[in-house]
This record gives sequence, structure tokens and C-alpha cells, in this order.
Amino acid sequence: MSATARVSPPGYPPGQAPPAVAAAVRAAGQALQAEWTKFRTVAGPSCLLAGVIALTVAVGAAAASAAQCQSADCGVDPAHVSFTGIYLGQAVVAVAGVLAIGNEYSTGLIKLSLTAMPRRLTWLFAKAVVLTGPVLAASALAVTGAALAGRLILPGHGFTPAHGYASLTSATDLRAAVGAVLYLTLIALLGLGVAAAVRDSAAAIGLVLGVLYLFPLAAAVVSNPPLARHLQQTGPLTAGLDAQATTGLSNLPLTPWEGLGVVALWAAGAAALGALVLKFRDA
Amino acid sequence: MTTRTVTSPPSPATQERASFWYLVHAEWTKFRTVRGWVIAVLVTIAGITAFAFLGADVSGGCTTAVGTASGTGATSSSTSTSSGTGSAAACAAQPTGPGGVPVIDAFYFARQPVSGNGTITVQVASLAGQVPAAPAGSELDEPQIGSGLQPWSKAGIIIKESTSPGSAYAAMMVTGSNGVRMQWDYLNDTPGLAGSVPATAPRWLRLVRDGATVTGYDSADGTHWTLVGTANLPGLTATVQAGLFAAGSSVNGDFGAMATGAFRDVGLSWPATGWTGTNVGGVLGASAVPAPGTLKQSAGTVTVAGYGDIGPAAGNAYSGSGFSLQRALIGTIFGLIPLLVVAALFITAEYRRGLIRVSLTAAPRRGRLLAAKAIVIGAVGFVAGTVAATLALTVGTRALRRVGGLEWPVSLLTEARMAVGTGALLAVAAVLALAFGVIVRRSAPTVAIVIAVMIVPYLFALGPLAGANGQAPRWPLVITPAAALSVQQAVPRFHQLIAIYRPNEGYYPDPPWAGLAVECAWAAAALALAFFLLRRRDA
Repeated sequence: MSATARVSPPGYPPGQAPPAVAAAVRAAGQALQAEWTKFRTVAGPSCLLAGVIALTVAVGAAAASAAQCQSADCGVDPAHVSFTGIYLGQAVVAVAGVLAIGNEYSTGLIKLSLTAMPRRLTWLFAKAVVLTGPVLAASALAVTGAALAGRLILPGHGFTPAHGYASLTSATDLRAAVGAVLYLTLIALLGLGVAAAVRDSAAAIGLVLGVLYLFPLAAAVVSNPPLARHLQQTGPLTAGLDAQATTGLSNLPLTPWEGLGVVALWAAGAAALGALVLKFRDA
Repeated sequence: MTTRTVTSPPSPATQERASFWYLVHAEWTKFRTVRGWVIAVLVTIAGITAFAFLGADVSGGCTTAVGTASGTGATSSSTSTSSGTGSAAACAAQPTGPGGVPVIDAFYFARQPVSGNGTITVQVASLAGQVPAAPAGSELDEPQIGSGLQPWSKAGIIIKESTSPGSAYAAMMVTGSNGVRMQWDYLNDTPGLAGSVPATAPRWLRLVRDGATVTGYDSADGTHWTLVGTANLPGLTATVQAGLFAAGSSVNGDFGAMATGAFRDVGLSWPATGWTGTNVGGVLGASAVPAPGTLKQSAGTVTVAGYGDIGPAAGNAYSGSGFSLQRALIGTIFGLIPLLVVAALFITAEYRRGLIRVSLTAAPRRGRLLAAKAIVIGAVGFVAGTVAATLALTVGTRALRRVGGLEWPVSLLTEARMAVGTGALLAVAAVLALAFGVIVRRSAPTVAIVIAVMIVPYLFALGPLAGANGQAPRWPLVITPAAALSVQQAVPRFHQLIAIYRPNEGYYPDPPWAGLAVECAWAAAALALAFFLLRRRDA
């Protein structure tokens, strides 16, 4: 029997107890506040999120400086070039997501947290919400920075209207940027879910990065094109790339929003698994 | 009076050595008694081995090369043109030369059957040709033709066992921009006179057959002859085909170039029976050669024109139903991840649980603790990598062969280098992860950093994700620890074949051991920093 047995919150005299829904909402509000306090009073998360921004913008700018488009139809997607930094940025975001739960387990804080907040799923929900807000903001900054860098650098490297890149600020480009921001956020949630399921930071980050990087590697090395395409459709990283595409949209393995949907399914699956483990296992 | 026998105490050096091995033993005990870590290492071995079987997914996959699956760049245009002629064509078995080496053997051959020893001498008056005007990789449906030569467009004289593709041969030739060459049995290439062949400076070529030996000579004036090379063609039949040939050469797997050689003063020591024109390797259906060659004779000049190439089938030119043995080890990059996690945890778990204080109390000389840990985790990585690679190369390749793959034969020594090299790769990667763990002290960031430097570069180098038209940058596999993957390269590059040599085809930028040295340099630098910080910081 767990030490963190479920007890109803005290303080409501019989007869005046608020409806269960109101209690749940109140509990969620308290959990959110508590988690937010935890989040903002340690340096780790903000350092990681600053790292996401720096890495995404710097690598993106470097990739844009190295990219060349010599002729019309050179087959290079400027958005993919600008967002090259996301390959590394997502690793940092995943670490942030993993550590949000992993640190609770590695320090033993989890027992205290669950004693204070016995509604475990509410606690997990609060964790996810508190993680999502700052990650969303940092991702938006990172992607905006990378897109701006690309916008400034790429036209000087042959990505001009003459070569078929009419504008780097169209609705499609905006959709790609939004897709990139949502992708990074979903990866953080994937990390959170996996950490809740695995309970160990190192194993969790190994699993998340394994899932992210291995699908594109496997797709590149299998010699069977249909199988490669299926791998690209299934993997979160490759599906997320579809959401960031601006050219050759008809040839993508998935449409941009389908791609983002696949990533969301991965994140939701991991969160559901994490919730199950959290609910039914002793901490 | 009694005498006490005193056993002399061991010398301090011996004591130190013994205590160090106690330390190593202690670390080994720490490692082997954590069940999760042992399981993770077994997963590493299983992962590397299992991917050798996944590589066997070539059921009907012989229509496309590995690289063209990504639809990038130069290769896609050539496959799109050849796929129009039926994918069955691409499935045609790649001919194999002496020793079972996959070869390209498609050219136009003006030949006469000859018996016994003899000599063929010829003056090459000119070498001209046609090349696709648009560079390979452009999206034009109908490639335009312009006059010109590829660097390895070739025409000259050849003595070949038969007209069947893959049979033994020796040839003297002039090339587009590589001067006079002697080539034989597909893999061998020796330079002769340098410079191209303008009409003002013809070249004289001569081949002398003596039993199984064919000797090549060249000359700038027809009187002063220089020995170029001696080819030993074991088992060469008494009757062979001798004559003139032309081949436009294969460029990045594309046979779009044609070469035209104009020959004068053709001299045969054998009785002349008249020239027969043959498209060795066939055209269109049988090989990717786009059109038959031509033979014209007028007033002492014989003109031979043809597409195709004679040489090794390597890089993306080896696009048929084959594989490089390196494919059996494709799982290395996957198997690395659990090993890196364990290696990082080997030290970060000590920090997390406070065990590091106990460890350092027991072994106050911190450098020795680090060395003991590095030895244990390095040995684990080495054994895991060597075992897994050996399994993949023996059991795994059997699966690849069963689905009809044709592999580049490599020597046992090369296979041993690939297996032991994979062990070394994993060992050094584990030590690198350990060193990063000492520096960072926390598991999740350590694992993320190690994966970022070991695995992401490979991803960048694979091209489809770098996006830039199939021309992925080289640097990710040159300067990062992932350079060590070059130790798994099975098939060499051939300077006489212009092809795409990418990681997708099993080629890495560095020579095998140089790549491993790059990884070792990273590990050494990280260990030095780890040693410095471990001594300097409180635990």
C-alpha cells in the first residue's frame, strides 16, 4: 500500500462540501500554482530553454549561410534550411520535458509532491501545463529568430524570386513556423510522458532521442522505398519535418497538418502511458 | 633465542598496481550487478545484430539503389530515365568480374578472334565525344547533348577473353582528361603518357600477349615505346577477342556520355579476319547503356563510338541487386544509444545517489577511479561491439545473401577490421560518454550531449535531411566522433570511377583508422577535462 493513500482534502464541513467538480478545479489550480513555483524557482529549466533558443537560431543561421541555390528549382526548402537548428533544439526541449518529471524521481521529491497532491493525474496535468507555457514561448522565440535569420541570409544565397522563392514570408511560411513551434512543444510533452512512464532521466532521454533520430536513420538506410516512406510517416521527427515544409508539398509523405498530428499522437501516447504508470504504480 | 622470519612486504609499486586492479574489479562489480545496465548492453548487441536482418528488406528492392530511395539530386534523374525502360532492367544481375567483384562491363567492341601470342598496335588519331549538356542532376526530361568528354571517357585497344560481361581483359586507352592508361580486370589502373589527345598529338598504343601475361606500351611518336604496365590474367584462354573499343564512361551511375575514337595504322600480328562490332553487355534492356555503338571504316581509319564503361561497380553505380558488407553493420548507430545511456549512468548514477563520495573515500586518488571506470566501460563497449559486429557479419549476412543479394567480396582482413573496429568504436564512444558524465554530472544532459555529437552528425550526413540536393555536407562525419563509422567501410573508392560515394552507399569521408582516431581524440580531450574537473571540484 502506498504511503500516498488517497484522502479527500480536509476542511469542508459535512453538508457544505462543494461539488466534486469544483473541488477538482480548485485542486488543479493549486497544483498549477505549486508546479509553477517549482518551475520558476530553479535555474535548470530556464537555462535549458535559453539553450533551445540559442541552438536553434545559431545552427539555423549557420545552415542558411552554408546553403546555396544556384538555379531555379534547386530542390532546397528554405524553411528546412532555416529550421536546421531544430534537429538539435529538440534534443534540449526533450531534456527539459524529461527533467520536469525525472528530477522529481531522482531527488525523491516525487513522494512529497504526491503526498501534497494525491490526485496524481491532476498533478501530471499541472506538470504538463506548466511545462507547455514556457516551452511554447521559448519555441516561438527560437523559431522566430531562426526564420528571421533565414529571411535575412537566404536571399543572398540564391533563394530569390528568380529561382522560384517568391517570398519567404507567405502564409505557407507562417504555417511552417507555427508547425515548428508546435512540434518543439509536442516533443517536450513526449519527453514528459516518457519520463513519467520510465521514471529515470537517462533512460527516458535515451528513449526519446532514440525514437526521434532512429526513424529518419532507418528510413535512409532501408533499401525498400515503400518501407522507407512508411518509416518517414511513422517517425515523429520525419512527420514533424512535413509540418515545417514549404516546397514540394505534393510529394511529402504526409500533409503538414497530418505530420503534426502524428507527432501529437506520439506525445499523447507517451502522456497516456505515463499517466497509467503514475496512477497504478507506487512512486 | 628465536628468530623471526619476516616476509618482506611487497614493494610500493606492486602494492599500487594491485590496488588499482582491485579498483577495476570493484568498478566491474558495480557494473555487472546492475541488472538494467547489463540488459541495456545486451540490447546493444541484439540491436546491431538485428539490423543486419532488417537490411535484408530488399525483396523486389533491386529496382532502386539505396540512395535513390530519397529521391535526391543526381541519381534521381538517371533512375527516372532508366525506369522508363522497365524496372526489370535495373534488376538484371550485375555482372561479376574475376574474384566475384561486381563490375560495369558495357562498351562497344570492334573485335577479331585471335589465337595464341601476338601484338596489337594502333595510333589513336583523336578522341571526341558527346555528353549531356545539362549537368547530371538537373530536372530536364530530355537531356540535351553537347560535344565534349567526361574525364574517364575512353577509347583504345583491348584484349578480352570473350564478349560476355565480366570476362577477363587488359586494355590500353586514351581518356578524356586522365591521359593514357592501362587497365585490366576492372580494378587495376596504371597511368601512361599524360595529356589529352588533340589531332596534333596522336598517341600510339600497343598490347603484347604472351600466355597469361599482357603487357601495355605507349608512345608519342610510334617509334619510341614506353612500358606502362603488365597484366597477369590467370587462366586466359588460347583464343581471345582483340580489337578496338570505345566507352563514354559512367558518371554518377549515368551512361549519358559517348566516346568516339578514331584509329589509324591498326597493326595485328595475328592474321586479320575483319572487324565485327559488338555491344558488350547489350543495350537498353540488358544494361543502362542508352544506344548501340557504331563502327565506321574508311581509308585506313577505323572509327569506333560507344556508350558504357569498363570498371568496378562501386558507389551509386552499384545500384543493382547488391549490397556492401557495411550494410550488415547498419545497426551500429542504433545499438549505440543504450550503450551510451549506460556509460553515462556509470558515473552520473554515482553523483545522483551520493555513491561518488563513498567511491572517492575508498579511492582518494581520483584519477585512478576515473581510469578504472574508463577501463571497465571501455572493455564492455569493446566486447559488445566486437561480438555484435561478428554476429552481424556472419549470421546477418547469411540473411542478406538468402534474399538474393550480391555482395562486394572483401578480404577476411577487412572483415576483421570491420568487426574489431566496431568494437573500438563502441569502446571509445562509451569512454566519451563516461567523460561527459564526469563533466556534466547529470544523466539526462549527458545522454543528450553524447547523442548530439555521436548520432546527429550521421543524420546530417545522410543527405535526405540535409536537404541540399543530395550533396550532404562532409564535415559532420569528419570532425565529430561519428567519423569513427568509417572503420566499417567495406568497399574502397575507385579513382577511375566517378560515382556518388555517400554514407547511404556505405562510404565515409575518412580512411578507416583515421575516423577512429578522430573519435579517440574527442575521448582523450573529454577525459582530460573530466580528470581536471574531477580533481578540482568537490564531489
